Amino acid sequence: MDIKMKYKRENNSNSRSSIFGRIWFSLRMFLFSVLSFGPMPAHIAFIMDGNRRYSKKHNVKQGSGHNVGFSALISTLQYCYELGVKYVTVYAFSIDNFKRKPEEVQSLMNLLTEKIDEMLEETSVVKEYGIRVNFWGDLNLLTEPVRLAAKKAMAVTAENTGPVLSVCVAYTSTNEILHAVQESCAEKNNSMAVGYSNGRINSSEGLLSVADLEQHFYSASFPEPDIVVRTSGETRLSNFLLWQTSFSHLQNPIALWPEFSLRYLVWSILQYQKAYPSLQEQRIRSKKTH
Amino acid sequence: MAFASVNPGDDFFWIYSPNLRGFQESIIWRFTLGLCWYLLHLFVTLVHAGSSLIHALVCYSISSGLLRKYWNLDLSNLKYLGIVVDSEQAKNTVKIKRLLHWLSSTGVKNVILYDMEGVLKKSIGSDHSSSDSKNTHFEGMVIELLSFSDNKEGVAKAASFLCSKYLKSNPAVSDRVEPVFTEADMDDALMAVGCGGPEPDLLLVYGPARCHLGFPAWRMRYTEIIHMGSLKTMKYGAILKAIYDFSKKHQNYGT
Repeated sequence: MDIKMKYKRENNSNSRSSIFGRIWFSLRMFLFSVLSFGPMPAHIAFIMDGNRRYSKKHNVKQGSGHNVGFSALISTLQYCYELGVKYVTVYAFSIDNFKRKPEEVQSLMNLLTEKIDEMLEETSVVKEYGIRVNFWGDLNLLTEPVRLAAKKAMAVTAENTGPVLSVCVAYTSTNEILHAVQESCAEKNNSMAVGYSNGRINSSEGLLSVADLEQHFYSASFPEPDIVVRTSGETRLSNFLLWQTSFSHLQNPIALWPEFSLRYLVWSILQYQKAYPSLQEQRIRSKKTH
Repeated sequence: MAFASVNPGDDFFWIYSPNLRGFQESIIWRFTLGLCWYLLHLFVTLVHAGSSLIHALVCYSISSGLLRKYWNLDLSNLKYLGIVVDSEQAKNTVKIKRLLHWLSSTGVKNVILYDMEGVLKKSIGSDHSSSDSKNTHFEGMVIELLSFSDNKEGVAKAASFLCSKYLKSNPAVSDRVEPVFTEADMDDALMAVGCGGPEPDLLLVYGPARCHLGFPAWRMRYTEIIHMGSLKTMKYGAILKAIYDFSKKHQNYGT
């Protein structure tokens, strides 16, 4: 990123134009330089769990928990990009979440539309960093306004060369696998229509390879996540990126998602740096044997 | 190092003193950063040491029977227990057998043993050969043995199976509609190619880091993944604690 441009941004932004803002900014930059002395993740994935628990804990409406959660996402994104993390993937809404009460699903959908539109505004973090936004999942399951907003966001940011934010909505990992199987099967079918007469299939052995399937994953051309953070201390992946996380460091900080702040992010990178040599060794070993 | 796009240090000095840009490339600057980094990691190591000491004490008091709540474990939600072992450590068959012995004494009935390179398939599988090839028995438990090839390659096999069925279903290419499969189709296909099976409710990871090392993706949607540390330092109390904590867990499966 152009440093001068960034300097200008820092100066323009109200929160940082004060002397404290500037000191805080440079302290943070110093901390990030220290962290960058060790191995840094290129891709971090977040399961943003705990918005509802946060509302309950603080005795506020459920919607406001999600709102605070969104602010936590924006500041986390900013820190990640300041750290030089190129890819951030977040789990916003699972296909299984459609089983929630209709009113809650509807209000989440409204919130999602609103926040996607907000992200495209002139002053947003997306504009500042030139972020490319992707949506992963079966978008057909979404309501019309969200789907349109998501498609618009992808189209508008498609040419951006900055960091990449992937938002998983109406997503589950098994659905992604299934989607890849369907797509590669359709591709096979088309190639047979062109190549062979009436597709002579004698055996199913090796008809589709792992590489064929992986081409059709939403995450094709993305590096695998180095860290998967699930907040609120839960230890399951809840059907999120199961295929891509073979060598990812799985972390489960106790904080609820709206409480996830810089110190948790820094701690999580320190943990990753501790685990890095052994994870790297496993990765190399798996390549050797397969 | 994968870090190349932005160097935060650049900004730090650009703002305050552009003239010092040369300084940050100097040895002194690098040395300061390095020193701070090592100090930070020293702190992390100390915190880890502290928490593992507490953990060891808890495990010791559990296995010595001091804590009454661990006496009778509720296994009603734990139908299948998965174990992931780092392949290097899995070569220690004595330890693996002790681990299995401990598991059987907790009352667990079904165990899924996984290691990346298939070391356990050879050592445990060949020892206790039984009629069907995939499962083996050990002290009253049924043990399923899995390796890395049961994950993505298994899914590719199942995909090929589904796809060939689809291609055969309609011989005229032009008549075929876009393939639509369901998760149930995929389950059946995985079973048909011998890579299917139940999802473990709890997965204990014995290895240097909390990482599932390529456990079959199709089989861990809502699996609780717990890091148990290295196999060398495994503790009976830690297993009891993991199973107890699991029995107290509430999952709402997305709702």
